[in-house]
Formats: sequence, C-alpha cells, structure tokens
Amino acid sequence: MEIKLEQPTHEVISVCLLAGQIMLQSGAETYRVEDTMSRIAASFGFTNSNSYVTPTGIIFQLDRAGSAQLIQIVKRTTDLQKVVAVNGISRKLSTGEISVMEAQTMLHQVDIEAHAFSIGFQIMAASIASGCFTIMFQGGWLDFIPGMICGGLGYSAFVYFHRLVKVKFFAELVAAFLIGIVSFFLTSAGMGQSLDKIIIGSVMPLVPGLLITNAVRDLMAGHLVSGLSRGAEAFLTAFAIGTGIAVVFTIF
Amino acid sequence: MIEQLVTCFIATAGFAILFNAPKRSLIQCGLVGTLSWLAYILLLEYDVDPILATLAATFLVGVISQIFAKYYKMPVIIFSVSGIIPLVPGGLAYNAMRRFVQNDYNEAIHFAVQAFMLSGSIALGLVLSEVINQTIRKKAPPLT
Repeated sequence: MEIKLEQPTHEVISVCLLAGQIMLQSGAETYRVEDTMSRIAASFGFTNSNSYVTPTGIIFQLDRAGSAQLIQIVKRTTDLQKVVAVNGISRKLSTGEISVMEAQTMLHQVDIEAHAFSIGFQIMAASIASGCFTIMFQGGWLDFIPGMICGGLGYSAFVYFHRLVKVKFFAELVAAFLIGIVSFFLTSAGMGQSLDKIIIGSVMPLVPGLLITNAVRDLMAGHLVSGLSRGAEAFLTAFAIGTGIAVVFTIF
Repeated sequence: MIEQLVTCFIATAGFAILFNAPKRSLIQCGLVGTLSWLAYILLLEYDVDPILATLAATFLVGVISQIFAKYYKMPVIIFSVSGIIPLVPGGLAYNAMRRFVQNDYNEAIHFAVQAFMLSGSIALGLVLSEVINQTIRKKAPPLT
C-alpha cells in the first residue's frame, strides 16, 4: 500500500472518471458505476472517495480534502461488451496486476472500441428478433416475414437517422412511423394477418425496456435523481414510438 | 409452445447482439430469456395473474443471471438484461399509445397502468433476487 499511495492523485482520478464515464455511456446501472469507481479508488488506498452519479454527469472526489472533478455524459447507449471490459480492468487494478498508466491506456482503448458486430449484422439480428417477437405475441407464421421486413427496416431507419440528426427522439419517431406505414401496406397487400402483432414485434428493438427497468431499479436503490431522469428518457422514447405509430393510424 | 420457446431464444440472442454482449455469452443470454419466457407462459396457463407471473419470471432471471455471472465470470447485467427482454410489456405500451390516439382514454389508461405495473414488477423481481443473493452470501461461511 505504501508504494501505491505515491501514485499521482490526478491520474487515479482520471482513471476513475474514465471508467465511470464508459460504464455510464454503455448502460450500466448507477450503483454499479459508483461501486466500480470507489473500488478503483480503494485499490490505490483512497478509501474515502465520494461520487455523485447521474445519467448526464459524474462528480467524483478522491479524498475529503481534495477537489472534486466533473465529467459530462452526452450519449447513452447499451454496450455490454464495454461494461464487461471496464469491469475486468477494475478487477485487475484491485488485484494489482496492472498499474494506473496501463489501466488508463486500456480504458482509452475500450472507449474508442467499435461495436463488435457490423451494422448489417445488427440490422439482420434486429429483423430476425422482430420476426420472432411477432410469433411470441401469438401472431401466426404468416406474420413472420412482414415482421422481419418491418423490424429490419425500422431499425436501419433508426440507425441512419440517429447518425444524420443527433436527436434520438426524432430518429425513433421516424423509425416508428416507417414501421407503421410499411406494415400497414404489407397487411393491406395481404402479406400479413394482424397489423397489431406485426407492429408490436417490429417496434420491439426500439422499445426502451432496459431503460425502464434500470430506472425503477435506480429508484429502489435510492438513486432518486438517476431513476427519475432515466424514467424521463424512457418515457420520451416510448412517446416517440407511440407517436410515430399513431400518425400512421390517424392518416389511414 | 415449442415454437414460442425457439423464437424466444432467437429473439433474445438477437437482442444480445444489438446490446453488443460478448460473443461467448450469446447462447447463455438466449437461454436466460427462454427460461424466463417458459416460466411466464407456464404460470399464465395456470391462471396466474400476469403481474405475479412477471415477478416470478424475473426473479428466476435474477437467480439464473447470478449463477451464470459467477460461473462465467461476467457482470450480472449481461444476463439479466437479456433475460427480461421477452417480459418487457412492449405490446401493452403500444396498445396504450394506440388507444390514446384514438381518443379512447379509458382503455388507454387501463393499458398504460398495466404496462407500468408490469415494468415495476420486472424491476422488483430483479432487485428481490439480488437482495436475497446478497443476504445469502453474507450469511454463508467464507469458502475461499
């Protein structure tokens, strides 16, 4: 511990903050982020660290006497691979396998790492999952192919518009609208039986299930601010999807 | 029944891909989802209330995720997130939104409250299994 205490504090802080930032951006729960950061700090001998984590930013203080540092979180996605990677790094840090500098370079690598699956593969996965959801919600096999088409189309629209315009709400709205209109035409062309089942199945890749659950979990864990803001985000997403579909219903 | 389970497995694994779960955990993710859906539809067949069925199914998800997490040395969140995907009340939320647009507010509120209760019970089930896991771990004598 003697040697570890000599680590420059600002490097420890930046490792903690980077780890927290990556985890929060990748959809980890608030308590896990706080836990990881305080564990990393404790592995360098700072047992009195304090953190304040919300979905939009982290405030972290290494020691009671030191100054606090702040980091802003702008984008929030779900990327479990990164959560696993950061978890592994923090574990290695606490067993003393790697130094601060090594941890920092590793974290930077994790941060810029791209999605392990290509966009085409993701869209394929989304479309197959949508088709399967149509079956799970008691749709007939006739609805499988339309579900796949709409789901894949909706997800690719979401990815495309999210790149074009950085507003997630808008991308979801457009994707849901597209899903609604395509499934409407497919069913009226006689390619599917029940419009509802197809639409529900194909909006599933957009539905904020993880957000809702994380929100309620945060609330129960006492992270009231995080819980409420995550809940607001989930509500906004659900609202966007609902509106997109609703527009189609009002037109026809 | 069989087709439901197979499609559920594929759908959950597909979602795990979207969430960028580690490649070696995809099969396990699908398995957790399938087991939770199996528990859910079995309970529904025995006339159990959907909210209670969801609670039981998510509790199961929590337990299995914790076992898997320990066994495969990965964070619990990977498995629990994939496991709850089939249980997310997307259909109800959709129905609620649709009724709102059609000015059928009574039905809309009905669906919306149900969706809210279901997502609450999903979270409750997960938290419950976590809490129980923690108490067991604290009481058990240290093995290592």
